[in-house]
Amino acid sequence: MTQYRTQPRTSATFDPATIAEIQRAADTGIYDIRGWGAKRPLPHFDDLLFLGASMSRYPLEGYRERCGTDVVLGDRHATYPLHLETPVTIAGMSFGALSGRAKEALGRGASEVGTSTTTGDGGMTPEERSQSKHLVYQYLPSRYGMNPDHLRQADAIEVVLGQGAKPGGGGMLLGQKITERVAQMRTLPQGVDQRSASRHPDWTGPDDLTIKIGELREITDWEKPVYVKVGATRTYYDVKLAVHAGADVVVVDGMQGGTAATQEVFIEHVGIPTLAAIPQAVQALQELGVHRKVQLIVSGGIRTGADVAKAMALGADAVAIGTAALVALGDNDPRWQADYEALGTSAGAYDDFQEGKDPAGITTQDPELQQRLDPVEGGRRLANYLRVLTMEAQTIARACGKAHLQHLEPEDLVAITIEAAAMARVPLAGTSWIPGQAAGGSW
Amino acid sequence: MDPLTATLSPTRDPKDLSMTDTLELDLAVSTLREVNARLHDPDLGVDDVVVTHPAGRHSVAVGLNRPMTVTVKGHVGYYAAGMNQSADVVVEGNAGVGVAENMMSGSVWVKGSASQSAGATAHGGLLVVEGDAAARCGISMKGVDIVVGGSIGHMSAFMAQAGRLVVRGDASDALGDSIYEARIYVRGAVASLGADCVAKEMRPEHHEELATLLKSAGYEDDDTHAYTRYGSARSLYHFHVDNTSAY
Ligand SMILES: Cc1cc2nc3c(=O)[nH]c(=O)nc-3n(C[C@H](O)[C@H](O)[C@H](O)COP(=O)(O)O)c2cc1C
Repeated sequence: MTQYRTQPRTSATFDPATIAEIQRAADTGIYDIRGWGAKRPLPHFDDLLFLGASMSRYPLEGYRERCGTDVVLGDRHATYPLHLETPVTIAGMSFGALSGRAKEALGRGASEVGTSTTTGDGGMTPEERSQSKHLVYQYLPSRYGMNPDHLRQADAIEVVLGQGAKPGGGGMLLGQKITERVAQMRTLPQGVDQRSASRHPDWTGPDDLTIKIGELREITDWEKPVYVKVGATRTYYDVKLAVHAGADVVVVDGMQGGTAATQEVFIEHVGIPTLAAIPQAVQALQELGVHRKVQLIVSGGIRTGADVAKAMALGADAVAIGTAALVALGDNDPRWQADYEALGTSAGAYDDFQEGKDPAGITTQDPELQQRLDPVEGGRRLANYLRVLTMEAQTIARACGKAHLQHLEPEDLVAITIEAAAMARVPLAGTSWIPGQAAGGSW
Repeated sequence: MDPLTATLSPTRDPKDLSMTDTLELDLAVSTLREVNARLHDPDLGVDDVVVTHPAGRHSVAVGLNRPMTVTVKGHVGYYAAGMNQSADVVVEGNAGVGVAENMMSGSVWVKGSASQSAGATAHGGLLVVEGDAAARCGISMKGVDIVVGGSIGHMSAFMAQAGRLVVRGDASDALGDSIYEARIYVRGAVASLGADCVAKEMRPEHHEELATLLKSAGYEDDDTHAYTRYGSARSLYHFHVDNTSAY
């Protein structure tokens, strides 16, 4: 007689990770803090496809016909807008979260391909200034290391209101990473668990921001583009208000966007996916008549040239990468597998950037671990990766018959899920249906 | 022309400003952009400037970055003398939000009262407000010295990291919430202290420090024994399960 037995089954609601988290919380009494971005599955660029050319459109010749990639950022008010050779920029990541050598490597890689890199919540280091052709200086609520000399040395200024990983939240840097140099740059006692403010200390609301941007322009004699960065939530309204406040460039960071250290609950439960944010931002810019005049930079989960092309087809002028840039430098590299295992994780899953024990030597201030990253080699790897992203995006653009990445348009896209179709506002593949819009209606 | 190369110390009496070769920049005639551009011009040729008819304009005399004196004849709006480096700025009136925000060095002297966030995030220099300062005075201060002749509003010295804040009058609610290493001296009443801010003993070095600060702002007759010192209990410096209600 066959013995039928029930098989032990884990719950979809109380899955093993959830149970482990309850146990951990009960044990420690403190929420989980980690780096990286949202890890749950979300509607994303993978849910979109391009309609390559055939009979009704004709393509450009793959390797012969020109497909431009350059972009001008911030030409609305600034005397010196940025002119980048590729629309893939490096997002703001703080010295403190990253080692000085990692910042240097980011500057080297970005400069090699003619794009910009960005400071972060910890001020400007000489390493990154000297190695970065185009350096964007972040102006954050904490104002750590905020120095008017650095403002003048910057090529653009980015007023940070929020990050996709934690819209509405401030920064965190745990004591392990507050070394003497980091503490000194931030005017903090060495080794404290640093919390940085979520609101700017001297303005609240869009009307104040208008005045603040005016001040930044006056201080720098109207030379530099001023960006405004927001985490994606009420993106349609936030973009309108940013433009009203005088932004030359709006940066929208979706919930997949990376972070150096944030509560897990914040990363996974606050904000909207990048895909949902882009059409809202573009609609806001179009309604104000400033689409392509106030440039839109999109970030949060950009990994491939296809992602770049899709973001641009939806209306972005450029994109920014954080996590992918760190991976290009060597983050989560399998060659450190034994070290990852010693930390209770594995290459590909490591996200405890806050601990400062990064085996790859990137998200750390440990003097020995830092040596594992060679800034020249790291810079070269990043430049390679940026070139691949650019060439991949060009491959797609040519296939769609576009002589410049900026000529990509929503009309080139379809969605393979109803969710993505509704969020990205492009038709479900094989139909003319955009959920929320009349069937057959035009974009 | 009398080259005023000597850096004017913050302790000088701001009334002694009448020197030769004073340049007048009139905001009733020139735009703000023109006035600030002149003030930034390293070849301006004079070190003593009077700005007239500010009429509450924002961002007056921001981003100055060399030793010079600038007297603003009237009330100013937001961010007056913002990010000041080395210059000595006097506002002969009231100042709006964020006066001397992120000052690095030099001095800013407000003859009237100041609105919110006076001296916010400032890294150095001296800010004197002869009247009152509203909420969030010295918020996130990072090394500046602030002396307020009157009282200050709520949430002042929030997350104050370094520097000294002296208040001759009273302080409103939540003084010094989440304060780091800044020191606060208050003569009058404190409505309430914020998280992790505590009253501390006045040791001889604190009397000495306070006396110097008061003197630099022209209040040398004050008795330092009438003041109480406040600072960080340092109990929130590390995340701890028993402190969760404070995070
Ligand atoms: C290690 C790390 C540090 C970061 N630090 C900052 C910061 O200081 N300021 C900021 O605005 N964003 C910061 N971010 C967010 C990035 O600027 C960017 O928004 C995000 O990484 C983009 O998403 P992606 O990582 O999926 O490319 C950080 C991200 C990472 C991974």
